[in-house]
Amino acid sequence: MINAPEQTKVKIVEPTIFDLSSPGRTGVTMPASDVPETALPPEELLRPDLPLPELAEVDVVRHYMHLSSFNYSVDSGFYPLGSCTMKYNPKINEDTCRLPGFLYTHPLQPIETVQGNLALMYQLQEWLKEISGFAGVTLQPAAGAHGEFTGVLIMRAYHKSRGDHKRVKMLIPDSAHGTNPASSGMMGLQVVQIPSDSRGNVDLKALEAACDDTVVGMMLTNPNTLGLFDENIEKVIELVHNCGGLMYGDGANLNALLGIVRPGDLGFDVMHFNLHKTFSVPHGGGGPGSGPVGVAAHLVDFLPEPLVGIIEEGEDDMPPLYGFVKPAKTIGRMKAFHGHFGGGMVRAFTYIAMHGPDGLRDISQYAVLNANYLQARLRGTYKIPYDRICMHEFVAEGRFEGSDVRALDIAKRLMDYNFHPPTNYFPLIVHEALMIEPTETENKDTLDAFADALIKIAEEAKTNPEVVKSAPHTTKFGRMDEVKAARELVLCCWLPENYSDQ
Amino acid sequence: MNIPTNLKYTKSDEWFDPATGAMGITDYAQSQLSDIVFVELLVEEGDTLEAGKPIASVESVKASAEIYAPAGGKVAAVNKGLADKPEAINSDPYGEAWMIQLEGAAEGDLMDSAAYEKYCAERTH
Repeated sequence: MINAPEQTKVKIVEPTIFDLSSPGRTGVTMPASDVPETALPPEELLRPDLPLPELAEVDVVRHYMHLSSFNYSVDSGFYPLGSCTMKYNPKINEDTCRLPGFLYTHPLQPIETVQGNLALMYQLQEWLKEISGFAGVTLQPAAGAHGEFTGVLIMRAYHKSRGDHKRVKMLIPDSAHGTNPASSGMMGLQVVQIPSDSRGNVDLKALEAACDDTVVGMMLTNPNTLGLFDENIEKVIELVHNCGGLMYGDGANLNALLGIVRPGDLGFDVMHFNLHKTFSVPHGGGGPGSGPVGVAAHLVDFLPEPLVGIIEEGEDDMPPLYGFVKPAKTIGRMKAFHGHFGGGMVRAFTYIAMHGPDGLRDISQYAVLNANYLQARLRGTYKIPYDRICMHEFVAEGRFEGSDVRALDIAKRLMDYNFHPPTNYFPLIVHEALMIEPTETENKDTLDAFADALIKIAEEAKTNPEVVKSAPHTTKFGRMDEVKAARELVLCCWLPENYSDQ
Repeated sequence: MNIPTNLKYTKSDEWFDPATGAMGITDYAQSQLSDIVFVELLVEEGDTLEAGKPIASVESVKASAEIYAPAGGKVAAVNKGLADKPEAINSDPYGEAWMIQLEGAAEGDLMDSAAYEKYCAERTH
C-alpha cells in the first residue's frame, strides 16, 4: 500500500514574468555594431506602450526552469489519460529527427536534393498501408481532427463524382469523440446520433433505421471510447455499405489493433492515424500532431495532392527516384507543404522501424493486457458499467453509493499520489466517467501503485470525503476554480483597456 | 430532485409549462451537467418551431448539451438575460432560468411529473 504524502500547505508560487520585470534591466549586452545602422520603421508603426518585460537572461532562464519543474509529463510519471494514448516516447526518436539531413532541409528544395526525406515518407506511407490494410495513405494532415476533415472531404468527393448529390447525413455513435460531429458539421453535413446498446456496441436496430440513400457514411471509433471492440462490426459496416454510405474509422484507438486487426480488411473505407498517439510522436502541449489518412482502393484517386511516389524505378544498385505525384481526382492540398515531417514522420518511422511487425503486435497485446489488469484490480471497488474484456482502455464510474465524492474529486486526489488523472466525464454515456488507458509502456509495479491509489481514494471517499473533495493538497496550486475560469474568460495578461487608442 | 407537478417533461430533460408556454431544462439536467458556464439561445422572438428542434446550447465544466423544443409553436419571448447569468440554470432551473416562451404550443410526446421522476430514477443506477 502507498500512503498519500503529508499535506503541505507551503505554496511556492512563481510570479509572472511581468512581475519580475524591473525598468532598465536588459537581457544581453550588445557589442559595438560592425554593420551600418538603418532607421527604425516609421513612427506610426512603433508601439512605445507595449509592456515588454525587462529582465536579465539569467532571470528569464530561471523563471522558465521553475515553471517547467511544475509540469507533469509522461517522462515524470504515469499518465493514464484515456483516449489519448499517452505512451512513453522513446528518446531515440529525438536523435533521428535531429539528424542533420532531416533537420536542415526545406520543403521547397529540388527533389534530387532531398531523396532521403522522400524515401522515408514513401516507406512510411507503405508501412501505414500495410498496418491498416488500406490501398493509399496521405501524410499531410496536421493532426487527428484535420485527418477527419480530410477523410470526410474524400467521402463527399466520392459521392459527388458518382453524381450522387443527395447524401447529407453522417451517422455517429453516442460514444464518439466530439471531433467526429465537429468535422462533419464543418462540412455542412447533418449529424445523426446512433445510440449504443447495453453491451456498448452500436445499436443495430437504430443504425438500420437511420440508413438510407441520404447517408454520406458513418464515423466509428473501433474499439470505441468505452475501450470495447464492437462485436457486430461486420454487420455495422454491411448496413452502412448497403445504403451506399462509406465507413470512416477514427484511428484514435489503433493502439489496440496493431498486427492483430486491419481496419481495411474489416471493410472500413477511410481512416485517420494519430502518429502522436499510436506511433510515439510526442502528444500534448498543443502539437504538432500528425494525422495521416488511409483509404481503400476505390478512394485512392481522391487523396490530397501531392503524395510521395516513385518517379523512376531503380535498377540493381540504383535506388528509385522519389518525387511527388498527383492523384487523378484529388481533393487538393490539405496543408501548405507536406505535413509534419521531422516532428511527426521521422519519429513515427523510427518507432515502426525499431519495433518491426512482431514488435508492433506486442505493443497492442501489452496495451490490452495492461488495461485488463487494471480493470480487474479495480472491479469491485469502482463500478464498470460496460463490464467486458476491454481493449486498450476501459471506463469506470467515479462515484460511490451514499457518497457525494465525484469523478472530478477522485481525479484531483490522484494528483496527491503523484499520478496524472485519467480522462474524466468522457464518454458522455457513462455517469461520472473515469476513462483509463495505461498503454503498453507501463510495468506491473506502476499499474499496481496506480490501482492501490485508486482503491485508497475509494476508502477515503467513505472515511474522509473532505480530503478528497478539497484535493489536491500537495501540488503547487490547490483546486482550481474551473467554473470561474470558464465563466470569466480573461485570455490576456494585459487587458484590452490598457491599450491606448492611438 | 425537484420535479414540479404542474409541468410536463421530455426524455431529453426539458420542462414545459402548459399554462404559460415557458420551457427550460430540469433540475435533474442541471445536476448532471454540473456548473453551467455558458448558454446560447438559438432562436428569436417570432420564430416558428417544431417540437424537437434545437433552441439552445448549454456548456458546463463537464460537457456541452443541445436543448430541444419540448413543443412546437411560435416563440413569444426569449430570456435574453440568461446568457449573462448561466449560473441561474443551476440555482433556479424552473424560474429565473426559463429559456423561451411558446405561443399556441402543440405539445409533443411529454411525460407528467410522476413518469419523469421514474425516468430519472432509472438512469441514476
